[in-house]
Amino acid sequence: MPEITYLEAIRQGLWEEMERDPRVFLLGEDIGALGGPFRVTEGLLERFGEERVIDTPISEQAIVGAAAGAAHMGLRPVCEMQFIDFIACAYDLLTNYVATARYRAGLSTPMVVRGPSGGYVRGGPFHSQCPEAAFLHTPGLKIVCPATARDAKGLIKAAIRDEDPVLFFEHKYLYRRVKEELPVGDVITPIGQARVARDGTDLTVVTWSAIVWKALEAAERLEREDGVSVEVLDLRTLLPLDDAAIVTSVRKTNRVLVAHEDTRTGGVAGEIVARINELCFEWLDAPARRVAAHDVPLPYAPTLEDFVLPQVDDLVAACRWLAAY
Amino acid sequence: MSASLSTAPLPARLTRQQLLELYYWMRLTRSLEERLVALHRQGKVVGGLFRSLGQEADAVGSAYALEAGDILSPLIRNLGSMLVKGATPLEVLRQYMARAQSPTAGRELNIHFNDLARGFLGQVSALGAMVPVMAGIALSFKMTRQPRVGLVYVGDGAMSTGAFHEGINFAAVRRLPLVVICENNGYAYSTPTRLQTAAATLVDKAPGYGIPGVRADGNDVVATYQTTREAVDRARAGEGPTLVELVTYRRKGHAEHDDQRYVPPGEIAEWERRDPIDHHRRRLLESGWATAAEVADVEARVEAELDQALARCLDEPFPDPATALPGVYADPPAAPIEWYRTLRTPDA
Repeated sequence: MPEITYLEAIRQGLWEEMERDPRVFLLGEDIGALGGPFRVTEGLLERFGEERVIDTPISEQAIVGAAAGAAHMGLRPVCEMQFIDFIACAYDLLTNYVATARYRAGLSTPMVVRGPSGGYVRGGPFHSQCPEAAFLHTPGLKIVCPATARDAKGLIKAAIRDEDPVLFFEHKYLYRRVKEELPVGDVITPIGQARVARDGTDLTVVTWSAIVWKALEAAERLEREDGVSVEVLDLRTLLPLDDAAIVTSVRKTNRVLVAHEDTRTGGVAGEIVARINELCFEWLDAPARRVAAHDVPLPYAPTLEDFVLPQVDDLVAACRWLAAY
Repeated sequence: MSASLSTAPLPARLTRQQLLELYYWMRLTRSLEERLVALHRQGKVVGGLFRSLGQEADAVGSAYALEAGDILSPLIRNLGSMLVKGATPLEVLRQYMARAQSPTAGRELNIHFNDLARGFLGQVSALGAMVPVMAGIALSFKMTRQPRVGLVYVGDGAMSTGAFHEGINFAAVRRLPLVVICENNGYAYSTPTRLQTAAATLVDKAPGYGIPGVRADGNDVVATYQTTREAVDRARAGEGPTLVELVTYRRKGHAEHDDQRYVPPGEIAEWERRDPIDHHRRRLLESGWATAAEVADVEARVEAELDQALARCLDEPFPDPATALPGVYADPPAAPIEWYRTLRTPDA
């Protein structure tokens, strides 16, 4: 099997699900003839036709709202936000309508909203966001953030088959930088299960998406330069959080760093650290720490973006602090 | 009896029976709301109470234009449309009183409930949101080649929202079988229509979406039926959405607590003279489409049905607190963990 990229893995997942289930269809801006600005949906229009690959007006509320209505009726829509930053335009529909539908009204809304998130690509304030914290606070939604090609495919397929609405935040920095050989046949990554990306004994880095790769790089350096053994836990799903996997790793290493690309205040790391405090405080040999972006909108210039976003050096420094505590 | 009536020609291809049914649905709507007012004063309605007094004809006539299998989504003043589609007074009473046996088991308010099998999808409070959602339902009809139609209500206020615009534009572009009913009742809470839009009429917006717009007297149940029916037929024939403006008036406040201090003197009285139920009743009798006895029968039937519904639910319990937790997700079906509040650290 040839290696496929993270981006190709998403496309393959969409393709296979559309082949498997005629209820699956796509809607979004420029996803048909263009294949989306990153070409995630390239070739799908030709294969599945205009009725199942719907180019919409620039209307995120219509995309999400129409998907919800179609999902109520038994279809399986997959919405694309051209850049995930624009999911904010559909915030009301997602949080007030979609997320509450099952609980308040017994309505099934099996739908996926996916799109390119994340920085390190000189995208500036509106093409670089990580919106997970804005939705973590909404019961009724699920949130997945794959770091690998295998999970990109496995999670998009799991998301499409899920009975509840799933936000699939793919990372555009990883689109063509990450590849791997995937096994033949169905690749499914169960929603709600973290993955140990690297085994370690001295401390744990809990993270997801692009920072998984930075954490792995930091772990290599710490092993080499300090003789410190770092475990990297790739959460993969943020909602629902895999508390058991976090607790297992913390009990093993007794030191934990939670790292994310998004800004610090109100970020997902705060929730994770709170849970660690509640669930396994006695197992900690050092305070749980965070590494996150500085609390500013993400700037464009390379010098500014690199300064604001967490880098490998930041992770290494925080791990050294924890190891020495 | 009917053989001896001197009858005017029947309007809009409606039968005598149907004309009397329209009267029944409007009468049921109003009487049910009157019962709710009494319950509200007794403190039995635990939240707000929203009236559709004077607007019964637009909700009832438009919903009556749909077939079984069609789906509508009402707004807060479209109780009548839900009744026509099969929602029962018992369900509505239970909803308002937050009873365990209400359609949402006490989770949602008033007429925020749904049954897609009967053909109504409950609204949410964010105005305009149901337009894109109903566009999606219409999209599903089209994609699965079913000759079904969606109908969504908006008000003069909801038409100012972005969701309305995005939803109707999407439906127009995709030529979806969707009818958008604008119930223009003059006010969005306290804000008059002239502060919502600079357009002379709300149907003026239709050409901007490339769809037909038609306007009718919202206080004439036959007109609301007929106008909507044409839009429904057009939608079912694959000709896409229509914007229907039904001009009416909100005679009560936004909710029972609203004293309407912002309404100019005399305005409400003027619309009282144009009451849709009085108008239809008078027309039934004067045109010989129904006898006085038939009309009285309908009125008695409505009150008896409401007596019965109320007797069934008045003493029902509120939901058990433990029922608040399950059902946020299909999987896991169980409740979210509650150890945060019990202070028992789970064995993770």
